[in-house]
Amino acid sequence: MLKSLEEFSIGEKGIIKSVSGEGRVRRRLFDMGVTPGAEVMLRKKAPLGDPIEVTIRGYELTLRKDEAALVTMEVK
Amino acid sequence: MLKIALAGNPNSGKTTLFNILTGSTAHVGNWPGVTVDKKEGVYKKLDEHIFIVDLPGIYSLSPYTPEEVITRNYILQEKPDCVINIVDATNLERNLYLTTQIMEIDVAMVVALNMMDEVKKSGAKIDGKALEKEIGVPVVEISALKGTGIDQLMKRAYQASKEKRKGSTVLNHCALSHLINDVRIALSAKQIDNPLFHAIKLVEMDELEVEAHKDLVNVVDEFKETFNDDVFGNDFEAVVADSRYKYISQNFSKVITKSKTTGEKMTKSDKIDKVLTHRIWGIPIFLIILFAIFHLTFSEDFLYLGAMGIIPFDFVSLQGTFYEGLFGLGSINSPGVILFNFVDMSSGGIIEAIVSAMDGTAKWAVGLVSDGILGGIFAILSFLPQILVLFLFFSILEDSGYMARIAFILDRIFRKFGLSGRAFMPMIMGFGCSIPAIINTRTLADEHERTATIRVIPFFSCGAKLPILTAIAGGIVMQFGVGNADVITYSMYLLGVIVAVLSVLLMRNTTMKGDVPPFIMELPPYHAPQFRNLMLHLWDKAKHFVKKAFTIILASTIIIWFVSHFSWDWKYLSDENINNSILGGIGQLLQPLFTPLGFGSQLKEFGWVFVVAAITGLTAKENVIATLGTLAATITSGFIANEALGGIDAVTHMISATGITIPALLAFIAFNMTTIPCFAAVATAKAELPSKKKFNYTVLFWLATSYIVSSMIYIIGTWWWTSFVFAAVIAVVVVWIMQKNKYRSCPYNIKKEK
Repeated sequence: MLKSLEEFSIGEKGIIKSVSGEGRVRRRLFDMGVTPGAEVMLRKKAPLGDPIEVTIRGYELTLRKDEAALVTMEVK
Repeated sequence: MLKIALAGNPNSGKTTLFNILTGSTAHVGNWPGVTVDKKEGVYKKLDEHIFIVDLPGIYSLSPYTPEEVITRNYILQEKPDCVINIVDATNLERNLYLTTQIMEIDVAMVVALNMMDEVKKSGAKIDGKALEKEIGVPVVEISALKGTGIDQLMKRAYQASKEKRKGSTVLNHCALSHLINDVRIALSAKQIDNPLFHAIKLVEMDELEVEAHKDLVNVVDEFKETFNDDVFGNDFEAVVADSRYKYISQNFSKVITKSKTTGEKMTKSDKIDKVLTHRIWGIPIFLIILFAIFHLTFSEDFLYLGAMGIIPFDFVSLQGTFYEGLFGLGSINSPGVILFNFVDMSSGGIIEAIVSAMDGTAKWAVGLVSDGILGGIFAILSFLPQILVLFLFFSILEDSGYMARIAFILDRIFRKFGLSGRAFMPMIMGFGCSIPAIINTRTLADEHERTATIRVIPFFSCGAKLPILTAIAGGIVMQFGVGNADVITYSMYLLGVIVAVLSVLLMRNTTMKGDVPPFIMELPPYHAPQFRNLMLHLWDKAKHFVKKAFTIILASTIIIWFVSHFSWDWKYLSDENINNSILGGIGQLLQPLFTPLGFGSQLKEFGWVFVVAAITGLTAKENVIATLGTLAATITSGFIANEALGGIDAVTHMISATGITIPALLAFIAFNMTTIPCFAAVATAKAELPSKKKFNYTVLFWLATSYIVSSMIYIIGTWWWTSFVFAAVIAVVVVWIMQKNKYRSCPYNIKKEK
C-alpha cells in the first residue's frame, strides 16, 4: 500500500518509494539519506504535532509534515 | 609544514579529535571573506610538525549551507596535503555518504572510524580492514573520547600525505557512469583540477558547478533527453544520491555485524528523549530549563530563598569581609552573581591601591588612570564571569544534544513567524553575545531566514547590555522608590523579544516574503557533555572578551575621557566645566534629536550625558554605564563611583542632576537594547549578510527600530492615553498585512496534488 510519510502514525514502518519536490529541499532530503529503498519508522511527533521525528538509516531525523508529504512510502 | 584538514558530519566527534590533536596550540581565526570560525592548531608528536585545520561539520559537499561551501572550497582550493574524514561508526551509513564524495577529490585521505568503543559496547562489530579494502583509502579505528588509536591515525595520515592520490568514485557501476566519464575527460582536457569531482557535481546539476562550467551543461542536457530510469526518470540528482546510498548499503553491509538487540532495546538516550520531548511536558520542561539558566546566572536571590522568607533579612552581616559577594540583603546570590561580585571587589581594590600610589601626581593624570582607563576596563572585566557562566550553560545544552530538541519542539511556533526552529539557537545565543549568535546563523540554509535572524539578534539583549538594565533599573528603584529592579530587568528582556518577533513578522510579510524555510535536521543521541571541550570553549570566549576589553574598549574609554576633559581649543578642563568639552559639544548638538525619546532637549543642561553614553555604546555596550560613571564623576563634584554598586549610584546621580523621568529612563534602556549593536557585532553582521545592500538596510533598520520603539515607550509612559493611538495604528498595519497575505499558499501543497 502506498501512502505519504505525512500520513504515518507513531510506530508505523515503511520503505521509501519515491521523493518528489524540487531544488534544495529535495537535495537536502537526499543528502540526509531520504532516498528510495531506505527503511523509515515514524518515531514521534513534536509536542505541537509538527515536525515529526523518524528513524532512518540508523539515526534520528526530524522534518516537517510539509516535507514528509513529499515522501511516498510503501507500507510494510 | 604539512597541512591536514579534518572533515566529517556534525556530531561525529570532530571537535574532540581536534582538541586532542592540537591541545593548547589551537586558535580560532576567521575564514577569509566570511566570519566563520576557523580552528587551527599544530600536531607535534611526529618528527615533522603538522598543521591541523578543523573544517565545519557537514553532511554533503552540495552547497546547501554556507558551511558546506566553505568545506568544499577549502579542500578544492587550499589543497590540504591530506584530509582526515571522521566517520561516526555508530552511524556508518549516513557518514559514509560524505566519504564517497570526498573520495572523488584528488586529495590524500584517511578515514578515522570514530566511536569504535560505543560500537563494541552495543555488541556490534565493524571490520575496519574490510572497509579499507572496499573504499581503497586507509581506515583507522579510533575513539576520540578515550584517546585511543590517535597515534596510529596520524601515522597513516602522515604516510598518505606523502603520496599523490587520484579521486575515485563508487558510481562506476551506476547508469550515469559513461556520462560522468565523458564530462570528466572534457574537464581534464581543459586542465581543470579535480575533474572527477567536478564532473559528478556537474552531472548532478549542482548550482555552483553549472555556473562554473556553462559550456559543458549541454552535454549533460543532451544525455538527459535520451535517459529514462524507471524510478527517477531523468532526474540525475536523484540517481546519483541513490547510487551512493545503494552502494553503501550493498557493499558495506558486509563490514558490519549487527548485534541482535540493536534497534529493539530502548537506549538511555531514548529514555531521556521520552521525557524531554514529551507531548505535554516537553514545552514546560524547556521553559523551566531556560528560566533556571538565567536564574543561576543573573539572580541575586538564589532559588528565591530570600523572597520566600527562608533566609531572614539580617541573616548575614558579612559586609566588608571577603565573603560579602556571596550574599545579597536577606538572600543568597546565584553562582553568576557571586563570581561577578568577587571580580568586582578585587578590581575595586586594585583601583584604590593605584590611586593612592599615584598620590602627588598631576590631577589630570590620576583622573585619566582611575576614571578613564581602569574604571572603564574593570567595569567590563567584572562582567566576564556572568557571560562565561551563561556560555557554559549554552555549551552544555549544545553538547548534550538538547539544543537540537529545542528546535524540534519550537519549530511549529517559529514557523508562524516565517522562520524554522533552527533560528531559535542563534537567537537564544544572542542573550550571551551577538557575535557567536550571528556566526551561528550560518547553520540556517535559507538566505531570507538568515538575514531576518541576524537583524533581530541584537534585540535579544546580550550580556554586555545587562549592566545597562541592572544599573538603570536599580537607579529607578533607588531614586523614585517604585517598582522592583528584577521585574524591570525581566520586562525589558521581554520587550526585546517582543520587538524581535514583531520585526520578523513585519520583514517576512513585506520586504522578505518567501516560503517558510525547510526544517530537515539530525537529532543526535544525547550524551554527557565533555568537561574538556566545555572548558576549551569557555577559554576561547574569555580570551576573545579580554582581548576586546584591552583593545577597542580601552581605546574608546580613553578617547571619551579625553574628549570630555578637553575643549575644542585643546585645553584641559576641570570637572565642573565639562559643558565646554568636545564631547559635551557633540552631545548638545545631537540632544534635540532625542527629545521624542525623553532624554533630549527636556533635560536641559546635563541632558546630553545620556546621548553621549548611548553614542559610546556603539563602540561597545559595556561603555554605556561606564560612560555614565565617568560623566557622573565629572559633573557631580564629590561623587566617587562605588564599584560594588555596578553603576547604580552613577545612574541615581544622573537622575538627580538631570531630572530625567522613569519613562525616559526606560526608553533609554530600550534604545540601547535595540539600536546598532557594538562595532564587533556590526562587523560580524557585515561579513555574514549576503550583500552590502542588505547590510546597509540592516543598519538603517536598527536605527529606525530603536528610535521608534523608544519614542513609543516614552510617549506612552508619559501620556498613557496615547497607547490607544499606537494600538490603533498597529492594528491597522496588522490587518493590512493579513489581508495582503490571505491568499499565500503553502509551497508544497501544490506539488502534492500533482
